[in-house]
Amino acid sequence: MGKLEGKVAFITGAARGQGRSHALRLAQEGADIIAVDLCEQVGTIDYPMSTQEDLDETVRQVEALDRRIHAVKVDVRDQAAMKAAYAAGVAELGPVDIVLGNAGIAPLGSAEPDPERTFDEVVAINLKGVWNTVWVAAQDMIDRGQGGAIVLTSSTQGLTGRGSDGSAAAIGYAAAKHGVVGLMRSFANWLGPYGIRVNTVHPTGVHTPMVENEVIGRYVEENADAAAMVANLMPIDLIDAVDISNAVLYLVSDDGRYVSGVTLPVDAGFTAR
Amino acid sequence: MTGLLEGKVAFITGAARGQGRSHAVRMAEEGADVIAVDLCAQIGTVPYGMATPEDLAETVRQVEALDRRIVASTVDVRDSAGLQSALDDGVAQLGGLDVVSANAGVFSTARFEDLTDDQWDDMIGVNLTGVFRTARAAVPHLKANPDGGAMVLTSSTAGVKGIPNAAHYVAAKHGVVGLMKTLANELAPHRIRVNSLHPTTVDTDMIQNPAMYGLFRPDLGTSATREDAEAGFRTTNKLDVPWVESIDISNALVWLCSDLARYVTGVQLPVDAGNLVK
Repeated sequence: MGKLEGKVAFITGAARGQGRSHALRLAQEGADIIAVDLCEQVGTIDYPMSTQEDLDETVRQVEALDRRIHAVKVDVRDQAAMKAAYAAGVAELGPVDIVLGNAGIAPLGSAEPDPERTFDEVVAINLKGVWNTVWVAAQDMIDRGQGGAIVLTSSTQGLTGRGSDGSAAAIGYAAAKHGVVGLMRSFANWLGPYGIRVNTVHPTGVHTPMVENEVIGRYVEENADAAAMVANLMPIDLIDAVDISNAVLYLVSDDGRYVSGVTLPVDAGFTAR
Repeated sequence: MTGLLEGKVAFITGAARGQGRSHAVRMAEEGADVIAVDLCAQIGTVPYGMATPEDLAETVRQVEALDRRIVASTVDVRDSAGLQSALDDGVAQLGGLDVVSANAGVFSTARFEDLTDDQWDDMIGVNLTGVFRTARAAVPHLKANPDGGAMVLTSSTAGVKGIPNAAHYVAAKHGVVGLMKTLANELAPHRIRVNSLHPTTVDTDMIQNPAMYGLFRPDLGTSATREDAEAGFRTTNKLDVPWVESIDISNALVWLCSDLARYVTGVQLPVDAGNLVK
């Protein structure tokens, strides 16, 4: 018997990386999945973003676990489209118990011809996109009266600004990820009385296409400041997506039934040093 | 199904009852053998009945009923030599050490200006120095383990914020966080992870007693009952519960000590029904 038998989870950024890992980990524990992803490039990002084929692969892997999945190509910045994607998923799979605001971009190392645009885009996706994600689901969760669990993906850069080089990318990323903590704390106060728990996870660098690519690789290599962004306390550079998924699973399962309002680092000690 | 702590050995202080017993049983369910210690005696400034040898025997019975081994000793966490000897003996019998739960703690209450030297000394002795001595006794054993290990120090929501009428408790529980952060830094190169847990009120004898009820019902004093105090406890949490259960702290402990959290270290994890975010 899985820890999430009969639950439905709404996951953004689910085409690959941590989002796909979350979808699979939750499906292994019995959850059905509403998966959304942009599956397109955005202008301020030089590394390749996810594709429709990536999202199709998440669908294939969840279905291989004998769970149901409703996947939609949608932009987290577009609240109306998010509302429609969410509603279509609920219509097919039933009401949502779990929300994972996971979609995010990392503009660090991408060319910055227009710093204002870089800042706006990372804040729009990594912060407003998270607000949209919770916003489209929260009222239904309240009305249903069954409680629920929400996990927002922040970052070590949501707890510290260590390693900033003054770029719009570094500042915008840290600002957005710190902002996610503000969202979480405000949501936790709003939704706590309805039995809906809200927490953040704060990963250090993870083996995903957002981090393991030529753009970010070159940035860390050539930028002395950036090395501090990936200097963990434990003797390991990057951790695996499943490590974040295991933290998310603890938080959304009954094992964490009284955990709310918590900023949970999964960071090999990065923020403890 | 293989347990999350199969083949591991866990050292747990304050294991006779309450959260400590729950930790011992929950870890045993996941496959761990247990080295259990508890004072099993009264401390003069503690205003409720503390654990007894019978309580510790009951923990032994429950762990053995799960077909796990347990080595239990009556030891004061303030007694370095006694603690070291109990742990060394347990490690010798059970074949190593993998995880540590520094859980032993007491509670008492007084207005700041009324705190006596004895209240202060007992509290700091058990809740802070006892954690230091527990960790110091365990570190050489964990360093000797090629797989590293995990240590979890039990702090409190009062290890993150202040509460009135318990300055000695708040100071000790904040101090535990200092120990945790330092240990996380010192031990990370050895793959030993160190984290702290921050429970809100837990439904145990340390909390369920007239002295505690009186804190929430000063109008009734020590004649207040569990029912009288429940609403007051409830107001401290954001989720609509007056307290959480020991099992909820144990589930967090098991997660932190297992490979599921293999890259979690230096973290303060509240299990507090939203007490701190409120």
